[in-house]
Amino acid sequence: MTSEATATRTVTLEVFRYHPERDDAPSFQSYEVPYREEWVVLDALNWLKDEVDGTLSYRWSCRMGVCGSCGMMVNGRPRLTCNAFLREFMPGPIRVEPLRGFPVERDMVTVLDDFMGKLTDVKPWMIREQEQPVEEGEYRQTPSQLADFKQFSMCINCMLCYAACPVYEHEDEFIGPAALALAQRYNLDSRDQGNAQRQELIWSDEGIWDCTFVGECSAVCPKHVDPAGAIQQAKVEATNSFFLSFLPFTPPGMGR
Amino acid sequence: MADDLQHDLLIVGGGGAGLRAVIAAAEAYPDLDIAMLSKVYPMRSHTVSAEGGAAAVIKENDSLDDHIYDTISGADWLADQDAVEAFVNEAPGEMIQLEHWGCPWSREEDGSVAVRPFGGMRIRRTWYAADKTGFHMLHALFQTSLKYTQVTRYDEWFATRLLVEDGRCQGVAAIELRTGVMRVVKAKAVILCTGGGGRVFPFTTNAAIKTGDGMAMAYRAGVALKDMEFVQYHPTGLPGTGILITEAARGEGGILLNTEGRRYLQDYNLGEPLDVTDPSHPQLRSMELGPRDRLSQAFMREQEAGRVFEGEYGTYTHLDVRHLGERLIDERIPFVRELAKDYAGIDPVHEPIPVRPVVHYMMGGIDTDISGATSLPGLYAAGECACVSINGANRLGSNSLTELLVFGRRAGHAAAVWAKEHPDFDSASIEAQGAEEQARIAAAYLRPREGGERIAAIRRELNAAMESGTGVYRDQAGLEAATEAIAGLRERGANLALDDHSHSFNTELTAALELESLLDVGEAVAHSALARTESRGSHQRSDHPERDDERFLRHSLAYRTDGAPRIEYSDVTITKWPPAARTYGS
Ligand SMILES: Cc1cc2nc3c(=O)[nH]c(=O)nc-3n(C[C@H](O)[C@H](O)[C@H](O)COP(=O)(O)OP(=O)(O)OC[C@H]3O[C@@H](n4cnc5c(N)ncnc54)[C@H](O)[C@@H]3O)c2cc1C
Ligand code: SF4
Ligand code: FES
Repeated sequence: MTSEATATRTVTLEVFRYHPERDDAPSFQSYEVPYREEWVVLDALNWLKDEVDGTLSYRWSCRMGVCGSCGMMVNGRPRLTCNAFLREFMPGPIRVEPLRGFPVERDMVTVLDDFMGKLTDVKPWMIREQEQPVEEGEYRQTPSQLADFKQFSMCINCMLCYAACPVYEHEDEFIGPAALALAQRYNLDSRDQGNAQRQELIWSDEGIWDCTFVGECSAVCPKHVDPAGAIQQAKVEATNSFFLSFLPFTPPGMGR
Repeated sequence: MADDLQHDLLIVGGGGAGLRAVIAAAEAYPDLDIAMLSKVYPMRSHTVSAEGGAAAVIKENDSLDDHIYDTISGADWLADQDAVEAFVNEAPGEMIQLEHWGCPWSREEDGSVAVRPFGGMRIRRTWYAADKTGFHMLHALFQTSLKYTQVTRYDEWFATRLLVEDGRCQGVAAIELRTGVMRVVKAKAVILCTGGGGRVFPFTTNAAIKTGDGMAMAYRAGVALKDMEFVQYHPTGLPGTGILITEAARGEGGILLNTEGRRYLQDYNLGEPLDVTDPSHPQLRSMELGPRDRLSQAFMREQEAGRVFEGEYGTYTHLDVRHLGERLIDERIPFVRELAKDYAGIDPVHEPIPVRPVVHYMMGGIDTDISGATSLPGLYAAGECACVSINGANRLGSNSLTELLVFGRRAGHAAAVWAKEHPDFDSASIEAQGAEEQARIAAAYLRPREGGERIAAIRRELNAAMESGTGVYRDQAGLEAATEAIAGLRERGANLALDDHSHSFNTELTAALELESLLDVGEAVAHSALARTESRGSHQRSDHPERDDERFLRHSLAYRTDGAPRIEYSDVTITKWPPAARTYGS
């Protein structure tokens, strides 16, 4: 086939470029990429990297929406680029930028240190007064007890919610949606007894009270985790617990 | 090379196997200084995409012997039976341990863990967390690992070479991706948990990071790669993308249909179909729940007979789950629905899913013993990069995730003990080797070069050679062509021209290093396949269609040389289950 014959539809990608060793400030570079019905934005980036410009930098791995590494801003919205089809944005142009609210390492690669630290801070592991020996078998947990926290356990740490969060953008200290949802995931797990240990941080100024309930986090979450819901629930629990602490006794049916 | 990075134990790889090894060592020896180094953040590791489940005997109606027998027969008798026994015996405890660490296993009404049927297993024993089992296991392990403060993490560091001195592995050379600086990480013992190398093929369920780096590092250090000819094709991938539709779809009752609407597996010695409304459907170890090698081979035969659909992205048959109904689909295999909708544009509640065989898993890997030790003192391996071997000529679905736990833990313990017994380093020589590696990489890739080759071009040709030579059915001519092509690509691969000669997060450089690994892995696969003139499990030679226990009830061992690899063989350990015919479908 001649190049004329293969010349099909194309679409323009406007890609954020920043290289710490070379650039004082970021810029945008435009590329024409072939348009294919089944391509996602990530496919277009990979095509560019393979065929046109090997210097383009971004993270990706699974290409099936589960490893959480390919999040970028696509036309101003945080998206998993392996799940954002070119066809959604036609006729283009399509603007691709690093996730908002994070320092940029290079091109679309952001610095995740802050989140990794916060994730550890909320103690996302089973805390129990007493471990049951493995020989005694599994902890029993009914399907409905599982349902209490299942949704909050679906987080792939993709950071789209942070990129959408107006509070995190201005307040670095804020623990943020995904880490708070994960804290809640363990707090609500019938096998866990670590609620009290997580409370201090979660109920602090950097925790749930920083959230102004904009709800954008839940709107952009590709896994329907609903971090805003998790934060809201935690606020209700914190408030109840605050009032209960003034009562001389725990009313029947209100203890955990 | 800046400051001195030095630990008792270094684990390379942060997937299921690596994390399990880290936790095992940290629990057993709280004073041990442990480090984990991974080219991606641990929770991005490919274990995350495992869907269907993890096998372990837990229910009353099951027995350890049954799981052992299923695994050995599934492996077409090439598994080491002492390893399989250890695996099956330790599996239940490992799975319960993971439950105690918070893994949200799906449950029965009474609160006990639920199990589902899986291919090649005669009893239901596959634990699952809906159809995101690997995701939940990985996150539970990673989050649990965060509580061990004695563990140093090197996230987004890319290991390129094992550092060997005095005949002992004493660390790795690795690039810190953020700065692009080559660093030496010294350790008294190293465990490779770097996963598989499915990316050597063009059409695969494997993520971009699955490039066999650990296998290649061990191979270059003189350790044998074992049973590399055994590559698993999963029978149900989405055409085009290769995205996996989990075996759980068939475990829950999904059926495979050809263009005539026939459940064609009945024509390939896999049993008689029961009607989907029959309460005994799906039948275990039969039809759609046969082993993967046999199902993928059946597809190829149907293709030859012209009974497959032709699509834009190749041929396919239908995986039909419609009769399960929307409620069950959403409860048990929601991810299947999500993936089919997003990437195949169909809703499995209303339409059959187009599927075809896709490269999925490497049974072969770094030759280890039952505690994860390799022939190189101080070097251990576990997980998909290792070959113990419990998988032999064909892995049973849902044995791999469990393998990560059992052998991750074993390797963690064994390596920790070694580290305690060998406190010394040869620092100067290790540093010198690191400097040498840095110089090698800079000279090969970080200088402008006129008229060099593009990475993508070599990778594409390698992929094509593997697909045409080492596919589901192989023969001598095809394999010879593949080995010649790979030798040629090796030469051309020494003349790559990169666009990017900078340091910070240079992913073109990592792609070049990954291509080096792929070439090593591809070479070992093709040569091992050429040498094995029999058919067994996933290795089918159309010119040698019979299994030949006399000559080949043996593991192949590929050793790297300057030319073609040297292939040797070692015995398979048989304890109680003498080789027999492999039968499916009662
Ligand atoms: C789509 C899919 C579905 C599957 N479903 C199932 C299932 O249902 N049941 C089952 O039993 N099995 C399943 N498998 C198989 C199973 O998931 C894998 O075999 C297993 O997860 C591999 O785990 P691992 O820990 O060995 O490696 P991985 O999880 O692949 O981790 C490898 C680690 O090594 C690191 N690494 C690699 N190279 C380097 C380097 N050069 N430098 C530094 N770090 C490096 C990576 O960063 C990563 O952390 C599935 C596989 C796929 C592809
Ligand atoms: S809560 Fe949702 S958007 Fe936020 S990191 Fe988790 S998966 Fe991503
Ligand atoms: S590449 Fe893994 S989520 Fe997109």
